Amino acid sequence: MSEEHVIIIGNGISGITVARHIRKLSDKKITVISNESNYFFSRTALMYIYMGHMKFENTKPYEDWFWEKNNIELKLGSVQSVDALSKTVCLGNDESISYDKLIIASGSKPIKIGWPGQDLIGVQGFYHLEDLHALEKNAPDNIKCKRAVIVGGGLIGIELAEMLQSRHIPVTLLVRENSFWNTTLTDGESAMLNRHITAQGIDLRLGVSLKEIHGDNLGNVKSVTILETKEEIQCNLVALTIGVTPNVDFLADSTIAINRGVLTNRYFETSVKDIYAIGDCAEQQLPIENRNTIEATWYTGRIMGQTLANTICGNKTEYNPGHWFNSAKFMDIEYQTYGIVNVQPAENHSHFYWKHDDDTMSLTFEYNKNSGEFQGINSLGIRLRHEVIDRWLNEKRDLEYVLHHLNKANFDAEFSRKYEKEIFNLYKSKVEL
Amino acid sequence: MAMKIHDNISMSLAKPDDLVLSLKLKWATGAASIGLGLLILALANIQLPQSNIILIISMLLLSFGVILFSHALYRNHISSNKNNGIWYNSITSRGLQGWMLGLVLTSFYIVLYFYPNLLGLGLNGQENTGLIHLFDALSLNLNGHNATQWFVYGTLYTLAILLFGYKFMLKYQKNRYQQLRTLSVMFFQLGFAFLIPELMSKLNSESSQLPYYDLKNIWPLNYAQFEQGRVDGFLNGSSLGMLLLAFSILSVFVISPILTYKYGKRWYCSWVCGCGGLAETAGDSFRHLSSKTLKSWKVERWLIHVVLVFVILMTVAVISTYLETDALQYWLTRDAFLVLIGALLTVVFSLTMIFKRKELAQDAQYAAIGFFVLILSLLGFHFFSIGSELFFIDAETLRSSYGFFIGSIFSGVIGVGMYPILGSRVWCRFGCPMAAVLGFQQRLFSKFRITTNGGQCISCGNCSTFCEMGIDVRAYAQKGENIVRSSCVGCGICADVCPRGVLKLENVSIIEGLNFPKIRKETKE
Repeated sequence: MSEEHVIIIGNGISGITVARHIRKLSDKKITVISNESNYFFSRTALMYIYMGHMKFENTKPYEDWFWEKNNIELKLGSVQSVDALSKTVCLGNDESISYDKLIIASGSKPIKIGWPGQDLIGVQGFYHLEDLHALEKNAPDNIKCKRAVIVGGGLIGIELAEMLQSRHIPVTLLVRENSFWNTTLTDGESAMLNRHITAQGIDLRLGVSLKEIHGDNLGNVKSVTILETKEEIQCNLVALTIGVTPNVDFLADSTIAINRGVLTNRYFETSVKDIYAIGDCAEQQLPIENRNTIEATWYTGRIMGQTLANTICGNKTEYNPGHWFNSAKFMDIEYQTYGIVNVQPAENHSHFYWKHDDDTMSLTFEYNKNSGEFQGINSLGIRLRHEVIDRWLNEKRDLEYVLHHLNKANFDAEFSRKYEKEIFNLYKSKVEL
Repeated sequence: MAMKIHDNISMSLAKPDDLVLSLKLKWATGAASIGLGLLILALANIQLPQSNIILIISMLLLSFGVILFSHALYRNHISSNKNNGIWYNSITSRGLQGWMLGLVLTSFYIVLYFYPNLLGLGLNGQENTGLIHLFDALSLNLNGHNATQWFVYGTLYTLAILLFGYKFMLKYQKNRYQQLRTLSVMFFQLGFAFLIPELMSKLNSESSQLPYYDLKNIWPLNYAQFEQGRVDGFLNGSSLGMLLLAFSILSVFVISPILTYKYGKRWYCSWVCGCGGLAETAGDSFRHLSSKTLKSWKVERWLIHVVLVFVILMTVAVISTYLETDALQYWLTRDAFLVLIGALLTVVFSLTMIFKRKELAQDAQYAAIGFFVLILSLLGFHFFSIGSELFFIDAETLRSSYGFFIGSIFSGVIGVGMYPILGSRVWCRFGCPMAAVLGFQQRLFSKFRITTNGGQCISCGNCSTFCEMGIDVRAYAQKGENIVRSSCVGCGICADVCPRGVLKLENVSIIEGLNFPKIRKETKE
């Protein structure tokens, strides 16, 4: 019997991880289809290409020979539709390929909500490789692009601000919320970031949204109008970064059940037999603990890929991502989070917050007021050791234990200044009050 | 090697800050150019009055230029922006300027090693002229002799480490590990490599001639350490000489293994060593040019170990020769020496095979080849030696070819000359036998490693890109594996450029530190 053919749609971290792990576990025929790039590259590194820290070559985690050597076929092509009955996927050029198992890992796409002028030249998102090329055209320097307006105060928005600044392009950042990323961060943390972003020379506008994008006679972006203030801002680039949504339009005519993303159970099985979905495009039917049903983070894509490979190769494995964690970087301030820290403490919970005088570091601990149990931590400007915090969460340690042993969780470079004592003293002084 | 900030600065639109910045950069470049120009004038043998004052002016201008330049670039920068535009700049991305700089540097080394007369060295007792004459007064003050090409080179080398070290410290101002490490290489270069040998030489009189050298320059990097002249100097230099000889032997067999066990090879390669010092400071702008391919890793492992075998053979041959020809002068006989070395190699090899065979995997075969080449050569030295001719190879030929191919061409002409093409650690990575020895120790029994922080890696590749040793750090980090690689010099830049706090250099307990897979497999991962 010849080996099963597994087709994977998407060569991002999820698709590539599942392909690699299926290869580790079996000799199945594997084809990875992408309409974006010949080889797997790290999307997270696109910003560094624009900033001149890396070349595209450096963003590829595996050398080009790797795929052939591991017998993973890479195919450049755009999947137009999936026919679950005949078990085939159709590519744009009328080519169709049949599969035994199909894995959908088509990722996300930027959200556009129908702003007037959103299709003008110089309006773009920043997600795909082609967006990098567009940016290089729209904003190569501060002569061609005298000002850029970024719409959306999320992680991609702030990365774009940093990128554009590296080429000395003035940036206006429009944020709908009253404080930067305060849908995720606590007030204190968010306020510190407002100050940091402003101090880097970004024109940060809080509590405002985009009304309209205006173009000139040639169809180029010329300015934007702000809804709340009616102010018109002249600019040559408008970056729309209000978020991403699963990239699943090509499945609209299929029989696969879709909500926002492709609906799956904890084994990533979709409503159709032998079709699976992982990564940003997958949507869990039932939320897992406090997690979102759609998780667009790098590491969940990796875990999903690894988990599904087991299932595909006969060892049925449930998705079990463990305690929530994540990280990001806001200009010069690194952010890490482990466990649960709500914007406002959950019921019966409280926050313990420490901020360094220099306004670049802070820690927020969420804990249960009654039992003292440690729930999670947000860190800005200090690196924490994943393994240790994860252990404390598993062991259900209380806040005092965590603060007492905080030095064990420090992951800053050797000889860095340490603040554990200061933090513990602050805690003691609060307890004594 | 001035670095420009990004080409796309527009004067008309720039903020006032940017105007000040570009003005500063112009002044800095101007000053450094004049400083360098003075040296070039001297090189062209244009007679300059008051050569000592000209030298001082030139050095001051160079210093002023580099310091102002560093301030303009990094004084108020966002630390994560420190590598902005590095791949757009011709000089740091193998552009035309990079190739030109490479050409200038390699030419300089060729002239330095093989045609010092072109630099103005007075041959046959003649007075120095040109560039070397410019340094005569400084040399007279420091060591009591006129300058040589080596004095000129040493002075410029030290100046480069100090000035670019300052630039490096500003660039990595938020990272105290980088600050301290750089202070350390600056201190060892200025004190141990430059001042102490010069002063030692001045202290020598007719009656007591002690070898003067860079005390931290350990064999096998310092391949001449156990040559007859040097050893005789120690033996005749009374108790201080004996102490120095003992120190140089202990350095190889006791001190460096202990320090490497505790801290990894970084204690030497990126805190003490002069080659590493130059690479980390003046070479910092080129660190991303190192090749990260699997192929270059293979080349690296072959090349560096071949050099190691070569240097051991050469040293043993040289020592056996003088032990034999001047047998009366030394208490150690040639045969006893050969047996001693053979026994030592056997012990090291056996221990490695007994305890570390599994981890070495395929490398064990290569280690075995190296070992047997050495043992056979020792036997050859024993049975087929007549006078200075060892195993049909003249020890002196061996020594001079090592000096020529490895000491001059590899470490100097290619090692530094190719900074702008192959990256800053070409010599350390592909050639340095000291790095091979320390790397062997680091791989097998050191507490040092780079820890990967759980699942936080986003595979961006900054770590691999900026690894000067060409280690594909990301390959380990994205799998959550810690990194123990013999070539890692512990510069810590991977951890610094990581945008997610994933990497940390640390010395962990030995049991924990050795208990994980280390070798990146080539197929099927």
